Amino acid sequence: MENKLYDYILSLGDNSLILGHRLSELCGHGPSLETDIALTNISLDLYGQVRNYFQYAAELAGEDASEDSIAFLRTDRQHKNVWLVEQPNEDFGHVICRQFLFDSFHMPLMKQLCESKDERISAIAKKSIKESSYHERFSSEWMKRLGAGTEVSNQKVQAALDHLYPFVNEFFQETPLDKEMKENGIGGDLPAIKEVYFKNVHALLLEAGLTIPEPDWRQTDGKLGYHSEHLGFILAELQYMQRSYPNSDW
Amino acid sequence: MELDINKLENDFQARIDAGENIEPKSWMPEKYRKTHIRQISQHGHSEIVGMLPEGNWITRAPSLRRKVGLLAKVQDEAGHGLYLYSAAETLGISRDELFHQLHTGKAKYSSIFNYPTLSWADIGAIGWLVDGAAIINQVMLTRTSYGPYARAMVRICKEESFHQRQGYEMMLTLCAGTPAQKEMAQDALNRFWWPSIMMFGPRDEESPHTEQAMKWKIKLKTNDELRQQFIDITVPQAEILGLTIPDPDLKWNEETGHYDHGPIDWDEFWQVVKGNGRCNKERLGARVKAWDDGEWVRDAAMAFAEKKEKSKEAKKAS
Repeated sequence: MENKLYDYILSLGDNSLILGHRLSELCGHGPSLETDIALTNISLDLYGQVRNYFQYAAELAGEDASEDSIAFLRTDRQHKNVWLVEQPNEDFGHVICRQFLFDSFHMPLMKQLCESKDERISAIAKKSIKESSYHERFSSEWMKRLGAGTEVSNQKVQAALDHLYPFVNEFFQETPLDKEMKENGIGGDLPAIKEVYFKNVHALLLEAGLTIPEPDWRQTDGKLGYHSEHLGFILAELQYMQRSYPNSDW
Repeated sequence: MELDINKLENDFQARIDAGENIEPKSWMPEKYRKTHIRQISQHGHSEIVGMLPEGNWITRAPSLRRKVGLLAKVQDEAGHGLYLYSAAETLGISRDELFHQLHTGKAKYSSIFNYPTLSWADIGAIGWLVDGAAIINQVMLTRTSYGPYARAMVRICKEESFHQRQGYEMMLTLCAGTPAQKEMAQDALNRFWWPSIMMFGPRDEESPHTEQAMKWKIKLKTNDELRQQFIDITVPQAEILGLTIPDPDLKWNEETGHYDHGPIDWDEFWQVVKGNGRCNKERLGARVKAWDDGEWVRDAAMAFAEKKEKSKEAKKAS
């Protein structure tokens, strides 16, 4: 059970780790100082969550495990994040759209996890939910601004949406681990979130004057450790110091 | 008319001499206004461009704690840029115009940010040395005559001193670490020492604005005085770290009660000021790219706000 709980915590933490990394790439390069500060804030919140999850996972793993060994010393196959969060920062439209599609999932998941039978997961969710609610507000507002702003912004955010939408279904791909955690009252109920998710997302997209894409393919398997080519490069940067200078304190 | 201006200028100087703050609505000589726009915006630009060399290491930070610390620090710098641009705006210039001056090279920023960050230890060295040097300037500026600038400085100084301690603590950790870490720390000091002491600007005899700036209390000490103060504080800190400052002429002078230092390479300083430093083009290029790439986003936000305003008005009218 402890091993499975460990894996489940990693699956929660890895989405925040990789999305936090993508957002951190933008620090200093935003379209305005205000958005730069806001996106960095979101990145910081996500890393805060990562630390909470990984510290807990390290306790479960025992021995020499630490938040850093978990964050920096795993192979790509050992990462459980979805493909969506790996997608690059093509432009501000992609950044906002990726964030919106993630937040719309993350917020109801955090709501559910507040009720988790696992006290630590519940405590992390209770802390994260305030942040997630702010993130969701931020990304939704920007979806509306870009969707209904100018013709150019509408086209750009629509292109981002068309590109990213096929990835969202992966959130709801229930792995055997997800099912077991749900049944034990520890994990989230993905089919229940799915209903709320598409209802909310569709409503917002219509309000923003965007067309809901109908992708003829769906991306899956990030949660099982099979990732896009992007992840390897993310990990190369993320792990550079820990791999080059092993067993050092920083 | 001339008499009136003379009287206004005399009254203005009397207020400064009496230690009063000058506020945005106060009368001020045009040159005072322009000098402040130049200095405050240069300071704001330094914060914004200064995000880049440190931002260079965010994705490669060696631990989660350090990554979060660095992200928060770079974010603070964006915040400082905002306060400073707001302070400059009180003098009648828009933020867009300030950016335009930066992007076209009309406005300058601190040359230190044109040096590359080549290792993780550079992030520690920047916190320790660059923020350390900046604080010495900024503490002085909390007592400057222009109110909005002085107040922005009070807030900035608090955060900067936190950054400086954080940087020094990173250096302490590196110096207590493996031989490779200590070597990395020494290498960072070797590369950042001279540019850091150049941050105080040219020698007093080559600093033509100093006299007027001191009269207006934009400056309370000369470049050389501030530089000496920095060196006197920093040398013992390097000794605690067990690092060697790359200046063979550096030695304590019993008579003056200060450290003497070797000659500064002013040719290098002026080359970097002129735009020929190792990263001038990359730094400015990154700012221009962020601005150009962000244009459609800013346009969308503006258009959306206007549409919302119009629909509000239409609702009111109906």
